[in-house]
Amino acid sequence: MEPKTPLGHMVREVWPLIILSVGLLLVVAIIQSLDDRIISQSLTEGLIRLVVVIGLYIFIGNSGLISFGHIGFMMIGAYATAWQTMDPMTKDIFVPGLPGYLLANSHHWLVATIIGGLVAAIAAFISGLAMMRLSGIAASIGTFALFMSFYSLYLQWSTWTAGQSSLVGIPVTTTPWVAFWFCIVAMIGAFVYSRSKFGLALRASREDEVAAKAAGVDVTGERVISFTISAFFVGMAGGLYGHFLGLLTVDTFYLPMTFITLSMLVVGGMQSLSGAVVGTIILSLVIELLRKAEKGVDMGGTNISLPASSAEVGLGVILLLILIFRPTGFTRNAEIYWPFKPKVAVTEVTHRQS
Amino acid sequence: MAFALQVLMNALSLGSLYALAALGIGLLFGVLKLINFAHGDFITVGAYALIVPSAATQATLMIGDFHPLILIPCIVAVVVILALIAEFLVFRPLRSASPATLMIGSFALGFVIQNILIMIYGGRPKAVGIWSDLSLGVELMEGVEVPKLQLIIIGVTLVLMVVLVLFLTKTKYGVHMRAAAEDFRMARMLGIEANRVIMLAVAISGMLAAAVSMLFVVQTGILEFRMGVSLMLFAFIATVIGGMGSLVGAVVGGFAVGAVSILLQTFLPSEMRVFRDVFVFAIVIFILLVRPQGLVMSRASRERV
Repeated sequence: MEPKTPLGHMVREVWPLIILSVGLLLVVAIIQSLDDRIISQSLTEGLIRLVVVIGLYIFIGNSGLISFGHIGFMMIGAYATAWQTMDPMTKDIFVPGLPGYLLANSHHWLVATIIGGLVAAIAAFISGLAMMRLSGIAASIGTFALFMSFYSLYLQWSTWTAGQSSLVGIPVTTTPWVAFWFCIVAMIGAFVYSRSKFGLALRASREDEVAAKAAGVDVTGERVISFTISAFFVGMAGGLYGHFLGLLTVDTFYLPMTFITLSMLVVGGMQSLSGAVVGTIILSLVIELLRKAEKGVDMGGTNISLPASSAEVGLGVILLLILIFRPTGFTRNAEIYWPFKPKVAVTEVTHRQS
Repeated sequence: MAFALQVLMNALSLGSLYALAALGIGLLFGVLKLINFAHGDFITVGAYALIVPSAATQATLMIGDFHPLILIPCIVAVVVILALIAEFLVFRPLRSASPATLMIGSFALGFVIQNILIMIYGGRPKAVGIWSDLSLGVELMEGVEVPKLQLIIIGVTLVLMVVLVLFLTKTKYGVHMRAAAEDFRMARMLGIEANRVIMLAVAISGMLAAAVSMLFVVQTGILEFRMGVSLMLFAFIATVIGGMGSLVGAVVGGFAVGAVSILLQTFLPSEMRVFRDVFVFAIVIFILLVRPQGLVMSRASRERV
């Protein structure tokens, strides 16, 4: 059935966005109605991860390049936000190296989070100018090197980041609903970007770089734009994360975080927003279940538990199975489309063999 | 003069480790178009294989107690078997996938290996001392003393490189492998058996990883479940600045990264020395800005249309 009114057309245009937002709203509302503090904390963490994964999708999904570096931008955003919101008294103790203005003043967490995202975006823009000149695979390795250099920089930069100990005293402001609204904003951002002139040009280069170049797409430039936008959202997610935990350590933003968020995107389907959301929901559930199993289940009086870090092993095995048996992810890289029309066979995106 | 020689030896020995690791990564990239993010974990496994599997804080030597002539083949066997298992379970099913998928696959594999190591051995670093007399100094000339180990590292690397070059140029399988790296599809059409060439490349890459793990663990004396990751990272950087897909480039890149690290280590003021790696990366990014295709251009690195 084709929509007949202008409104109907508009609804159809943004259909994936509507269905994903409503779905997410239902999930959050149901879990919140359970009124369980621990579950609601897991929910918040999952929603923050969702913002990260949507940010990853903006770059990886549209450009087709894998980035191992985005958790570095999450870290930059997290610290930049915390520098602004912490109590000036605590800042004197933990991060005495901050410039005078930051030491003496605090911002509202929302302003601080947005500025944190911008700081991450600036870092991404500058490093992207260099990284995006590299060809596909070399660029991935470049982002990994970038990530490791941010990590070692923050680990050693103790007058700003408290180095190897943790930065405590960050106000806890991220509730499930705050995180939910950031997810919605990130989804809208990702949706609008991927259908904009810039997003379409980048997607064209993803499918065939040479043809896109021939058609006048400035591939490097488009990649830098997408890298910057995605780092903005990932950086804001970092800010939310700091204000969810109430403390920050550099080690939070290391390989496990990179791995978990990247697998969420891949499991859902790298090239669609729906994939980012679906993958995050599914893997968050799996992680919760495996963590429960690590703690142990009572069965007839005996506590049966999986050994420590089996959640990580399980996650890795799931990712490998998905890559082998369904490389386009759960959503087959497609968005959730307008349901009221004759069914068109979804053709799977096949990669050219080289 | 003596000081310069000392710095040179340091740079050569660190560069040797990076070059060996980069060769292992470069070989697989040539044949499989695989960026092996699990290579660092192969190195880690080789080092952990020296001790008894247990979560105890004190490491007890197992294979590490054997006579070197038995120890070395044992470690090599462990790593090669691990690499072949990885080839059968992960790389082979993913062979027709895009390079990006393969890369994520190897990243997942590395993550699984790391966490299995934590499961078996616990997450804390462990001290392990084997062949500690190798770190004693040898006087090269008047006033220049270097640890015996540095000479061994450089020597082993040279020997392995010569053997690899002879293998690749003088033997039938080596020629097959080079042909496959140049143009895999064409090589198959000319009757080269794909599975055999790939398994051989995986096995050689495993042997190189085992060599690195032994040299590295003797040097540091510490087992840590992420010990291979930082080595792998520098090896990656070496392959990128050397030029992807070129083995000569990997070696050149390895020595270049080693030299830059040691020079920074030596000449940075002491309060800046903790930021050494950051400076290394900054220099690497600068090199890439000037030469995005790497120092040594190979045919395979150009993406064909």
